[in-house]
Amino acid sequence: MHNPRPALKNTQQEVRIFRIRSLLAFLIVMLLTSLLISRLVYLQVVRHEVYITRSEDNRVRVEPLPPTRGLIFDRNGQLLAENRPTYNLTLVRERVDDLEETLALLVDLLDLPEEEVEAFRQRSRQRQRPFQPALLMSDLSEEQIARLAVNRHRLPGVEVEAQLLRYYPDAEIMSHALGFVGRINAEELKELDVGNYAGTHFIGKTGVERFYEDELHGQAGLRKVETNARGRVLRELGRTDPVPGQDLTLTLDKDLQALGHQLLEGRRGSIVAIEPGSGEILAMVSSPGFDSNRFVTGIDSASYQALQEDIDLPLFNRAIRGQYPPGSTVKPFLALAGLAEGVITPEETIYDPGYYQLPNDSRRYRNWLRWGHGRVDLERALAVSNNTYFYTLAHDLGIDRLSERMHTFGFGERNAYDVFGESTALMPDRDWKRARFNQPWYPGETLSVGIGQGYWMVTPLQLATATSILANRGEWVKPRIAKRIGDQELAVDLPDTKEDIVLENDAWWDRVFSGMEKVISGSEGTARRTGVGLKYRMGGKSGTAQVFSLGQDQKYNAEELAERLRDHALFIAFAPIEDPQIAVAVIVENAGGGSTHAAHLARAMTDAWLLEPEENGRNVDALLEAED
Amino acid sequence: MALIDLARGMRGYPVRPPQSGMVRRRSLWSRIHLDPWLLLLLLMLLGAGLLVLYSASGQRIEVVIAQASRFGVALMALVVLAQLSPVTLLRWAPLAYGASLLMLVAVEVMGDMGMGAQRWLVIPGVVRFQPSELMKLAMPMMLAAYLSRRELPPRWRDLLVCAAVLALPVLLIARQPDLGTSLLVLCAAVFVVLLAGLSWRFIVFLCVVAAAALPLLWMNMHNYQRQRVLTFLNPESDPLGAGWNIIQSTTAIGSGGMFGKGWLQGTQSQLEFLPERHTDFIVAVLGEEFGLAGMLLFLALYLLIVCRGLWLANAAQDTFGRLLAGSIILTFFIYVFVNIGMVSGILPVVGVPLPLVSYGGTSSVTLMAGFGILMSIQAHRRLLPR
Repeated sequence: MHNPRPALKNTQQEVRIFRIRSLLAFLIVMLLTSLLISRLVYLQVVRHEVYITRSEDNRVRVEPLPPTRGLIFDRNGQLLAENRPTYNLTLVRERVDDLEETLALLVDLLDLPEEEVEAFRQRSRQRQRPFQPALLMSDLSEEQIARLAVNRHRLPGVEVEAQLLRYYPDAEIMSHALGFVGRINAEELKELDVGNYAGTHFIGKTGVERFYEDELHGQAGLRKVETNARGRVLRELGRTDPVPGQDLTLTLDKDLQALGHQLLEGRRGSIVAIEPGSGEILAMVSSPGFDSNRFVTGIDSASYQALQEDIDLPLFNRAIRGQYPPGSTVKPFLALAGLAEGVITPEETIYDPGYYQLPNDSRRYRNWLRWGHGRVDLERALAVSNNTYFYTLAHDLGIDRLSERMHTFGFGERNAYDVFGESTALMPDRDWKRARFNQPWYPGETLSVGIGQGYWMVTPLQLATATSILANRGEWVKPRIAKRIGDQELAVDLPDTKEDIVLENDAWWDRVFSGMEKVISGSEGTARRTGVGLKYRMGGKSGTAQVFSLGQDQKYNAEELAERLRDHALFIAFAPIEDPQIAVAVIVENAGGGSTHAAHLARAMTDAWLLEPEENGRNVDALLEAED
Repeated sequence: MALIDLARGMRGYPVRPPQSGMVRRRSLWSRIHLDPWLLLLLLMLLGAGLLVLYSASGQRIEVVIAQASRFGVALMALVVLAQLSPVTLLRWAPLAYGASLLMLVAVEVMGDMGMGAQRWLVIPGVVRFQPSELMKLAMPMMLAAYLSRRELPPRWRDLLVCAAVLALPVLLIARQPDLGTSLLVLCAAVFVVLLAGLSWRFIVFLCVVAAAALPLLWMNMHNYQRQRVLTFLNPESDPLGAGWNIIQSTTAIGSGGMFGKGWLQGTQSQLEFLPERHTDFIVAVLGEEFGLAGMLLFLALYLLIVCRGLWLANAAQDTFGRLLAGSIILTFFIYVFVNIGMVSGILPVVGVPLPLVSYGGTSSVTLMAGFGILMSIQAHRRLLPR
């Protein structure tokens, strides 16, 4: 059957048109094909380098391998900071079918507090790399891990991940000296070497952890992995192993530190002990301490606020930042200044009627003993802590020389080599007063400074340092807290060490030492009760720092004063006198007089350091009882 | 003429009947109504396509087997359609068109939602297919049938009829929404009219109208379609979202270089950076693993198929056959051009697969059926001199 063709149809013409049109179509096909080819040449030849780089970037991911943080030991190799494996609960969203259902199940299984789940929800909303586990909960307990393991099949996408976390076995005791690590915050991130810290979550925040951050942290490694588009790691292409952080051996003695902590139990105060010959800090206690482990995992805001607002300021490192009027503890240094400046000689005496008066001034500056000590020479002035002697000395020295000399002992300065956050406290002088109050220096203020009051402020570390330099007969060794970094011993002569203090007559040191020995062992010594049964020769000096100023002629009554307005008790000591092994500074806040409330603590420290345990007859409890 | 020279170079079958007018002994190929050259080229393409598909599917042999079995069905469709004479096709054209249109309406009314768009028609337990695929063949058949009865070049009245015939299906498919297929159906229709000898003045007029209609089209686009156009203009504007496909596919092709990364070695495709790697974007796998060399080889294969197709169209003896064959083969090229163009980033992303290589059943069956029609037109010539 054929179609009946319309008569008008011109087959010849139709074929001709079709030929032309199809030829034209062929040409267009060729044209478009050349267009495609030129595009392909552009992509695959001209821009090949760009795209090969881009495809490599797609496929290869560089993952940081964080180094293991160095451990911290005390001088005897006892572990102070370690890395403990802990278990975190993580969740990969891409592998979870129903997030809400999974979260509900987890809350049920683990007793998750609702606020943690809410925090996690918020975190999971932030866009992140696919297949990157998000942290739901850190530091799981054994029981929680077990429960998760049992229910594993019901929880696809939920993983328990091991992580090394800093752990301080004796957190309360070591908290202030060691410091702690915490999660890196945004501000720290700006300062950091991003490459080296790419896989690190924690950084030293205070103390040794902060000062030796670089050494403890180590060098990050990396591994190149091939990932697919969903971020799943398929294989490792290469790796550079991380260099672990160096272990740190401190000069601290954990047992001595523990003793200091125990001595201050329930008190506010600080004890710092230094080995004079080496400058090694043996103990640096600030009480109360706190559990630094809580800061590692991230303390919740309520607990943090509670710590911050605690009236005892547990987070405040009194040893290096606490500023106290030194009181009479500075009298030995003032005596040495007087000797060095030729203002006094050991033999010279003054008469103490119980007070001191400036020329042409009716105001009486009182000795602590109302009726006076009568004839007083240098040694007796130290032993009985005579104020009048030191009023005279201070007046004769004048504030300029006095202040300058005290700087040579390290007062008003940061002295330690590697203690983070040390305060300079304050050694006042004319310039300071002018700048601070826009007032001239008054002679009466020199007298206050002469007995360690007035504007003068010291830190316990400063006081211990000065005592250690004194015990060293003026030879400066910078206090330090690190003994060994890795295998490297810290040098004895550290940079920026102050110039040694040289007296005209070296025997004068012995006269001052003798005065300080009489404080403890002399019949008139302020701390003579502390010297009972002493098995070695010890020098010391008590101090009582006024918190609350009394008016002229007012009598001080500790009972009537609120506890927090009571005097601070201070004591410095070193022993044995002939070859000092330990210098100690003790400050007990609002405890009362230093001779009765601080001296025995210093004695306990020196006993513990110098005597074998069996010789160390008096135990701490007996000591503390003896106080009352 | 270049075309004729090219075609002569690959002559394997007497295109022109002997001058004597005697009935020549017909070859085996002629008796089974198949064109060996075209068949050979198609089989080469299918084979090479399966090779690429194995890599693109993430080396899943079951995907390749599924595709190969579809190719079996497609080849059967080719053979069957090649047996039908063009006369039969001409007679059935209105019926095919009408049935396709009816099914498109049915999809519009009650179609199954598949792949986010309403494209599928399901007769439960029997068959599940896309009527729009059927329309790809029914449309040029209908128009070719209509115009073959008219005096050519077509007049205004003929054009109006053509416009009416093409408008409804194209709109229905576009509404599904399936822009790619509606575009291909439109192309198939337009090619028939162009080959029929549409006047140049009218072509220019159409271009002007199309340009004017662009804003109107923009206003009527779905959001995701607009997004595709915007993404095409600037893929980096949303590299993880809408721009991802194009960035990854150009990266794949570009990183292939001259000779490619090797079969199964493409990182972009094997590591799944390339989206839709075994369907619409399969050419990126080809470009990455076989480089420019591989791409040129495939393009050459496609070009040869198009050349042979055009040659067969020219050899057709009646207007219906000529127009239908020409439209089918040019539409086939449009597939290739649009697909490679979009994957390499010179055209916006429309859902057009790489013909006979991309994974997917319906379109390869339709395509092969089209080639069957082409062969039938060629093989059922009346062996008489004009």
